[in-house]
Amino acid sequence: MTAIDVQNLSHVYGERRALDGMSFQIPNREIFGLLGPNGGGKTTLFRVLSTLLPVQSGRVSVLGIDMAADSSAIRRRIGVTFQAPSLDRRLTVRENLVHQGHLYGLSGRKLADRIDERLARLGLTDRRDALVSSLSGGLQRRAEIAKGMLHDPELLLLDEPSSGLDPGARHDLWRYLQQIRNESGVTVVVTTHLMDEAEKCDRLGLLDHGRLVALGTPAELRAEIGGDCLTIASENPVELSSKIASRFGVQPKRFGAALRIEQSRGHELLRELVEAFTSEITSVSLGKPSLEDVFIAKTGHRFWDENE
Amino acid sequence: MTISRNRGAFWLPIWTLTWRELLRFFRQRTRVVGALGQPIIFWVLFGAGLRGSFQAPDWAPTGMTYQEYFFPGVTVMIVLFTAIFSTISIIEDRREGFLQGVLVAPVPRSALVFGKLTGGTLLALIQATLFVVIGPLLHFVGLAPSLGWQLSVGGWLAMIAFVGLLAFTLTALGYSMAWSLDSTQEFHALMSVFLMPMWLLSGSFFPVPESGWLSWVMRLNPLTYGVAGLRRLMSPLVADAAASSSLPSLLICVAATCVFCLLTVSVAVLLTHHRSVINVR
Repeated sequence: MTAIDVQNLSHVYGERRALDGMSFQIPNREIFGLLGPNGGGKTTLFRVLSTLLPVQSGRVSVLGIDMAADSSAIRRRIGVTFQAPSLDRRLTVRENLVHQGHLYGLSGRKLADRIDERLARLGLTDRRDALVSSLSGGLQRRAEIAKGMLHDPELLLLDEPSSGLDPGARHDLWRYLQQIRNESGVTVVVTTHLMDEAEKCDRLGLLDHGRLVALGTPAELRAEIGGDCLTIASENPVELSSKIASRFGVQPKRFGAALRIEQSRGHELLRELVEAFTSEITSVSLGKPSLEDVFIAKTGHRFWDENE
Repeated sequence: MTISRNRGAFWLPIWTLTWRELLRFFRQRTRVVGALGQPIIFWVLFGAGLRGSFQAPDWAPTGMTYQEYFFPGVTVMIVLFTAIFSTISIIEDRREGFLQGVLVAPVPRSALVFGKLTGGTLLALIQATLFVVIGPLLHFVGLAPSLGWQLSVGGWLAMIAFVGLLAFTLTALGYSMAWSLDSTQEFHALMSVFLMPMWLLSGSFFPVPESGWLSWVMRLNPLTYGVAGLRRLMSPLVADAAASSSLPSLLICVAATCVFCLLTVSVAVLLTHHRSVINVR
């Protein structure tokens, strides 16, 4: 079963093309991460998937329902957690959940029981009557998730769920996401720009300039660029780059003052490089490729632009 | 089965959005105090200050003081301001993210509109009624003239119903303005160049002149008919006054207000239904 099926999706804001012919599938029970820099198209894609924006061109079906045909049927079965908290800060945690339940057609005893159950599950029972504005960021995010999960959605969409959370709260969040996936079979889609968070996803889609540049498990993506990654800092990177190319027959990629070489036997090249260009190299590091390296390899530019 | 489910999916969201609006209002105590205190102060101060320069219009019962004249005008002001302040929350809701949560819920967009409008209307109605009850009591402490109004139960109900209609209309007007705005500052700007003049030129503050450009502006102002209608419903002394250019008949007042209401509510619903970038900002 496919939770999300996106075919050739494009979205344009006026002149700007935010999504450019994107296609991918997300199977049920997967924790899927959309990784990309700000402005890469994550937020637009998230808004289309959460039915806030219409499908301009291409096809999107969520839980087997075509979005263009019946987005309200989709809304009933998905839970959405936005980056900006959607809780009413002047209401208590419980009041927020009652309100949410009513919006999803739940009421009475059934709603009260479900709220108690969710609060207990997320460790919020003793804070149920606290105003949301009095809660810490981590507790607010938990309440936010309780809100998004209240109507038992089959698919949970989370936009930058870790932003503003301390490491402990972030850990709790991911444990909960894994728990609902394992126990309730919920498909989870998160957007993120954090590499360590992306590592926790079953599969990742890398987004850049409205395109999907890579798709796979974190391990697969790293394996694609293969071997080791050498990063060389130099005072004169342009000159050094051409010297390396002529002497070793590999063309380094240059990013500002840094050169980067992907090589299967990196440690051997490292030794030879240092011996050959001792004076020109300021520093050099050797490592297994990170997801950031994958991103650079796929897009030809850094995740964070220099001027950002 | 499907019908009852659909009905629940429409009325329950309206109820819950209304409930939230009331809860938020009563939780902000200063808002409660300000909403009723300010109009009473206005009524007493302007009533005292403008007593001497007031020229009663042709339809006024003999001996009408400015404060008596101003009473329905202040009631409309309460309705207008409450309506405005409850719709300003749309801008906050959008900025804080609350609105997004409602927009992704399986709720018809019209339920969102009606929930918000019902909340604003109830708040306006509660405050206007309190003012209408408390205002005349100031007579006993010497701050107001004796209004001497004896309204029947039916008269009260008709008046409250009309205030409700007016409140619904003005909340819808505020909603339509607030929907496409980014900041509350913009709303305040619109308020001072559009909503305040609309109230000033509605016959609330001074009577519609017999002729001249001002009389035309005021006769074209839909709120003029709301104020005139309220005058007729509030005071049995005014109720039977002959229809004139400065005080249209009750029938015209109700009809004009209904048209105004239909117009503002339609705009509010249409704006909300439009799925666009503004709705997700």
